[in-house]
Amino acid sequence: MSAIGAASASNLGTVLPGPGFGAGSGFGHRSRGRALRNQLARVVMWAAFGIAMLPLAWILWSVVSKGGDMLLGSQWWTNSQRGITNRVVGGGAVHAIQGTVIQGLVTALIAVPIGVMTAIYLVEYGRGRLAKTVSFMVDILTGIPSIVAALFIYAVWVTAFGFQRVAFAVCLALVLLMIPVVVRSTEEMLKLVPNELREASLALGVPKWKTVVRIVLPTAFSGIITGVLLGMARVMGETAPLLILGPYTKNIATNLFGGLMPTLPTMINQDRTEVLQPALDRVWGAAATLILLILLLNVAGRLIAYFGRPKG
Amino acid sequence: MTSLTGPVVVDHSLTGRSRLGDRLFGGVARGAGLVVIALVTLIAVFLMSQALPALARNKVNFLTSTAWNVDGTPLQFGIANLLWVTVLSSAIAMVIAVPFGVGVALFITQYAPRWLSRPAATLVDLLAAVPSIVYGLWGLQVLGPHMHGVQTVLQQLFGWFPLFKSAAIDAGSTILTVAVVLSIMVLPIVTALSREVFDQTPTSHKDAALALGATRWEMIRTAVLPFGKPGVISASMLGLGRALGETVAVMIILSTLADGATWSWSMFNGGETFASKIANNAAEFDSPQKAGAFLAAGLVLFLLTFVVNAIARIVIERRKAFSE
Repeated sequence: MSAIGAASASNLGTVLPGPGFGAGSGFGHRSRGRALRNQLARVVMWAAFGIAMLPLAWILWSVVSKGGDMLLGSQWWTNSQRGITNRVVGGGAVHAIQGTVIQGLVTALIAVPIGVMTAIYLVEYGRGRLAKTVSFMVDILTGIPSIVAALFIYAVWVTAFGFQRVAFAVCLALVLLMIPVVVRSTEEMLKLVPNELREASLALGVPKWKTVVRIVLPTAFSGIITGVLLGMARVMGETAPLLILGPYTKNIATNLFGGLMPTLPTMINQDRTEVLQPALDRVWGAAATLILLILLLNVAGRLIAYFGRPKG
Repeated sequence: MTSLTGPVVVDHSLTGRSRLGDRLFGGVARGAGLVVIALVTLIAVFLMSQALPALARNKVNFLTSTAWNVDGTPLQFGIANLLWVTVLSSAIAMVIAVPFGVGVALFITQYAPRWLSRPAATLVDLLAAVPSIVYGLWGLQVLGPHMHGVQTVLQQLFGWFPLFKSAAIDAGSTILTVAVVLSIMVLPIVTALSREVFDQTPTSHKDAALALGATRWEMIRTAVLPFGKPGVISASMLGLGRALGETVAVMIILSTLADGATWSWSMFNGGETFASKIANNAAEFDSPQKAGAFLAAGLVLFLLTFVVNAIARIVIERRKAFSE
């Protein structure tokens, strides 16, 4: 879409400076003031983009320069922080990486079926009031702050049911945040599937559900995977639900239903107020690891979207 | 394909057999949709059911008080401070992010050379991929120290105005610094949706403006911007929703005030937003009794973002109604 728009705009742009355009037209003479304003607008737009890129470059540079070194040591990828104090150099982040990946996967496992089925309902089945309400609720869910999602799960899990704060509760909060991402991206992809495919399948007497499962979903598959990866990237960087539902520990822990489970965001949060260099290094190292993880998911998602988009 | 125009023979045995599968699959899809509705409803219901008892026991006015005493008796909590800091930081963030976001969206859709437009969009989207805890860390340790000069200048120029009064807070931990970081965080949201609507400007509108001799900028002003206005409003609302609810970055950057600190309108002050108040006290969540007051704050935040997002949705819906 954007490529088409930009292309048509730049085509027009080459037409524009042609001679004889200004005189006698509805916009009056091509005075120097108008040309100047036109140039000024061009400069302002380029500058807006340039300035917007500044923080991105600055943040990435800060993280890489302060935490990049940690990632180069092999210890970082094999050890936990067990027995490491803030004065000691070393230790790894494998416990936190594990926790973040496990929680991301479990969250996806719950959120993807609900999200994809909701999108199928909206695109293939939904008509009338109920579909409108569902669509509206997805928008509301998109806008729900992560801390509110966490409070809700706290109110259900801890206050109402009387359970402990465990990693699975974190996953439930993250599910709330991931569902709308999956719904919206899947919806977009399902809409891109050409209607002729559906009609052809239905005309052959194939039942609707089989048409959706065998024709529509495979066509949109890569796009759905992209949405899932972007959704995972979003939830794995979330910290607020972890603060309330998933306290940190320095040890390797993989039990979803008991004890604490460390994650990269809580590892950063744990030592962020430290003043001693070894601990600070590890904070930035964890930040670099988290960004790397999320960037990988983003890049993978975009590559899949780019190479697997439906050709129709 | 010509056979399609002929009379359609419906094989009843086939449809009869498939109806069960169709009903099952359609039912599951519908069920998933209902789950989404149920989730949002449950969020509202649960927050309310647990916030209301605390609100009932609250001994001060919830909306106008600045007290926050949830451990002892009498229970006292009011959100005046939280509301002000939340709204002020988000408002400043929008003042910065909306013009920039629109500018960047115009750049990507109207100005960028063809080869740059898609990578530029991806780069801006990457800003949304940076986790908020990294924004917080960066805002406090890297950006914060640089905010000192900006704040001194602002104070000298506008210090007579209550918003710009100096407050005894370290420059890196003020509402203004938070607002700057928030503006970076919402920029990709504002840009993404604005970009989309600018792209949808009918070519006929643009061609018409250009054919009348408009410069590129005049074409944008007379064709692209009016067409995209509802989208920009909607995008800003979504961004605002994000800024209001941002938790961890605010929690890390903003320095909290001591209990009973004097009220200040200043953007150079510290304080807490709804979200950062809740997050700062996450340790108190070991007992549900104490959590009630925070759930009440969370409820207000939920309602705030609900309203903002609903407005965004309504604005964009109305645009659809007009443009079709």
